[in-house]
Amino acid sequence: MKILKLLFKNAFRHKLRTGLTILGMTIAILAFGLLRTVVSAWYAGVEASSANRLVTRNSISLVFSLPISYKEKIRQVDGVKLVSYGNWFGGIYIDEKHFFANFAVEPTSYLELYPEIVLPPDRKDAFLRDRKGAIAGRKLAERFGWKIGDTVTLKGTIFPGNWDFVLRGIYYGRDKSTDETTLLFHWDYLNETMKKTVPRRADQVGFFMIGITNPNLAAEVSVAIDKLFKNSLAETLTETEKSFQLSFISMTEAIVVAIQLVSFVVIIIILAVVANTMAMTTRERMGEYAILKALGFGGGYIAALILGESLVITSIGSVLGVAATFPAAHYFSSALSAFFPVFNVAPGTIYMDIAASFIVGIAAAVIPALRAVNIRIADGLRRIG
Amino acid sequence: MENNKPLIVQIRDLYKSYRRGAQIIPVLENITLDIQEGEFLALMGPSGSGKSTLLNLIAGIDGADSGNIKIGGVEITSLSETELAHWRANNVGFIFQFYNLIPVLTAFENVELPLLLTGLSKKERREHVAVALRVVGLSDRIDHYPGQLSGGQQQRVAIARAVVTDPTILVADEPTGDLDRVSAREVLDLIGRLNTESGKTIIMVTHDPRAAERAHLIKHLDKGVLHEDTKASL
Amino acid sequence: MGIPYYYSLRNLWTRRLTTILTASGMALVVFVFASILMLAEGLQKTLVDTGSYDNVIIIRKASKSEVQSGVERGQASVIEVQPEVATGADGQRLLAKELVVLISLPKRGTDKPSNVVIRGTSEASLKLRPQIKIIDGRMPRPGSSEIMAGQSIARRFKGGGIGETLRFGMRDWTVVGIFDAGNTGFSSEIWGDVDQLMQAFRRPVYSSLTFKLREPSEFEEFKTRIESDPRLTVEAKRETQYYREQSEMMAKFLRILGMSLTVIFSLGAVIGAMITMYAAVANRVSEIGTLRALGFQRRSILGAFIMESLFLGLIGGGVGLFFASFMQLITISTMNFQTFSELAFSFTLTFGIVYRALLFSLFMGLVGGVLPAVRASRMNIVDALRAG
Repeated sequence: MKILKLLFKNAFRHKLRTGLTILGMTIAILAFGLLRTVVSAWYAGVEASSANRLVTRNSISLVFSLPISYKEKIRQVDGVKLVSYGNWFGGIYIDEKHFFANFAVEPTSYLELYPEIVLPPDRKDAFLRDRKGAIAGRKLAERFGWKIGDTVTLKGTIFPGNWDFVLRGIYYGRDKSTDETTLLFHWDYLNETMKKTVPRRADQVGFFMIGITNPNLAAEVSVAIDKLFKNSLAETLTETEKSFQLSFISMTEAIVVAIQLVSFVVIIIILAVVANTMAMTTRERMGEYAILKALGFGGGYIAALILGESLVITSIGSVLGVAATFPAAHYFSSALSAFFPVFNVAPGTIYMDIAASFIVGIAAAVIPALRAVNIRIADGLRRIG
Repeated sequence: MENNKPLIVQIRDLYKSYRRGAQIIPVLENITLDIQEGEFLALMGPSGSGKSTLLNLIAGIDGADSGNIKIGGVEITSLSETELAHWRANNVGFIFQFYNLIPVLTAFENVELPLLLTGLSKKERREHVAVALRVVGLSDRIDHYPGQLSGGQQQRVAIARAVVTDPTILVADEPTGDLDRVSAREVLDLIGRLNTESGKTIIMVTHDPRAAERAHLIKHLDKGVLHEDTKASL
Repeated sequence: MGIPYYYSLRNLWTRRLTTILTASGMALVVFVFASILMLAEGLQKTLVDTGSYDNVIIIRKASKSEVQSGVERGQASVIEVQPEVATGADGQRLLAKELVVLISLPKRGTDKPSNVVIRGTSEASLKLRPQIKIIDGRMPRPGSSEIMAGQSIARRFKGGGIGETLRFGMRDWTVVGIFDAGNTGFSSEIWGDVDQLMQAFRRPVYSSLTFKLREPSEFEEFKTRIESDPRLTVEAKRETQYYREQSEMMAKFLRILGMSLTVIFSLGAVIGAMITMYAAVANRVSEIGTLRALGFQRRSILGAFIMESLFLGLIGGGVGLFFASFMQLITISTMNFQTFSELAFSFTLTFGIVYRALLFSLFMGLVGGVLPAVRASRMNIVDALRAG
């Protein structure tokens, strides 16, 4: 305990310098934590996906649809428990700045397939009963101040026209990773309208969501479904929800990689700052180290003093940084909900923070410590004189 | 020494104290002192006697509590800080115990430094610096950095810096305090020549009797009070 | 006159280790700052260069992009005969009715699929985009299952190279040509015959119409008329405007990311500079006292230390920019959130970015140096001299 006290005392001999270094470390850990959180937010969709769900879509690409008639055929495949379906609607609320995801889905089966979407029973009934009804996630409703019973108008980009929906329920996520920023409405409403306006686009769905009896069957069921429609006008591509989500992320991989790289850059920046502080501090204290050596203290003791002091500085900074990460993430979570529906600090991020502070603490002190250990007593003493 | 030379320094009722915590410690009390042009005065006294403080006040880098200092006709105690800096640049040459050369500047650049505060052209500055370095005998060291010079040489560069602007007074604070005996003698010879050959007015603080004996006039300060003149007659 | 600049420079040189550590922190910040600006610049340049001012693109009202748009044949023929459409040398109208869809293709190497734009084109398509040059092979023959691929597709996607085939719409398509479209979005597209593709994809409608204006100034009038025509449900945009809007969200994302990163990172670097400059002041107290004694004013001392810190920033800025300039060799390909399609673009260094990065590094130096410099200038001469 005595040495720890000495380390603290040493660290705070230069209050201003140490204070600034700690502040720098705090900012760096905060930035690092937020960037790692951005990366994990990118993968939130993967995180939230269930091993029990498959996605079937047109094999050419997402912009092509599949006939609704596929539904019955898929249902007959062994291992399929439940089939739901829907369309990416891509409607715009007010203007593009108010972006959020919105889907037309078959509501009964969809809600059954997604138990993580939690709705009070009476709200659920109200939604299922109203053909023009919609439900919105808690964060989405908060963002625009929607209340149950409000009318929400979306401007269609893929499906022309202005679409009015009555908000029948506000759902919240069962899990932390559940996206609470989407809007869901009845596929039937979309389909009936299309029948009237653009008949050739009616009875088409963007994707089938399939619940399977056993996650181990995922591969076989996928193959079986795709085989059904091989060489037809609309060939299918079936994969697990997880790989479906991953395929989206891989398309923006360059950005994820860039953010990951940049998160390490901030650590290198702070490493330079802490190393500078330690270099200055030890240079000023060379005389003291020489005296310690003259008194008979070994090089290991001196190295421990310097490394320890550096670790004290980085640890304090990193504790403050971690403490600041949570409120900051909370703030960003609401500010960036359009980009990142789920923005939670993962425990892994905290471990990386701690590791980073150790690495910086030690790396910054290595060269100064070596210098101090290797100083000749006579040279060191002359520096004082 | 003739007694009818004009007075270059006139100090009247000078009072200076320092505050240590709640305590007020008087350093200089009721100092009155006249110094003639061309004088070489040594101020002696034990540590804490106030001799350096008096020198600082005369050199215009410290302010008095009360009293007046008039140098070359200028009442420096009433100058503002900016005016005082300007006045120092033109009227005071400093010689410090630890030379106080700027380590990152060469001997030439160190001597040139005070000339940057004058309106001289680059060419004029170069000539002045060359003359000053020749006077101190270091013409062959102009491109050396202070770290490459011995203590005695560094002090001579500092003396060149002090005289390059042709100041009204030269103030020296323990100029030999950090030098070995040989170097100290060289430096004192040089200061002596500046006084006798160039007629510089020199005020030197020292506690080294060997240094003080070069002066024409020695005054003793003790506990902030100035004592009887002692003519250097050794 | 103040304290000479070489005083500040040589002090930086004297404590090299500290200078290098501090400047490298700043260099990294400037590197990130410049890189993100270069990325945003590259993105914008790519999409703006894609369009040409004299061309007008017509898509279904509110559909935002060609991929989401659909223009019925009947509407297309109404637009085709508008007087504003320019006529080419051969008497043909310079108007292309095009189909734009996304297909999912695996990348070379990783096998990961990504969305690629495939454009059904007609004869006029190429005339409307003079920046496109065939660099290998030939044009696809009309009415055949032949296609040509943009350079960045040929390089990065399986089946995109010359002589290779792609399978979609129950047909095999042979790549017979590779085209270079410079730094434009077309480099990330595949082109084939519009009628063949419409058949294969069973799309009875066009995605968009693009034509060259007879007279560039006639755009506003044309737009107003066409958008109020009751037979039509379309909107008209200049091609330049259209492509700028396509990059808006991505550019905004890059800007927000870039600005927040830069602000946070620069705090770290500024703190580093501040620590260094405070130490520089603390180590030179007696020097400061000497300079003041010699007659230098407080503001000269302030100036000298701020200059030192500015130099420090400038070194960091220069080094950061030097390394950032190598980023120009890198081409990023990513999905544009707005169109869901793959887009390749390069880091682009412009004079404006160099200027802003250097200004930014000087600003970091200034902010880091100002407090220590003020402390230096406030010192009492006598105390400072005594510290020696």
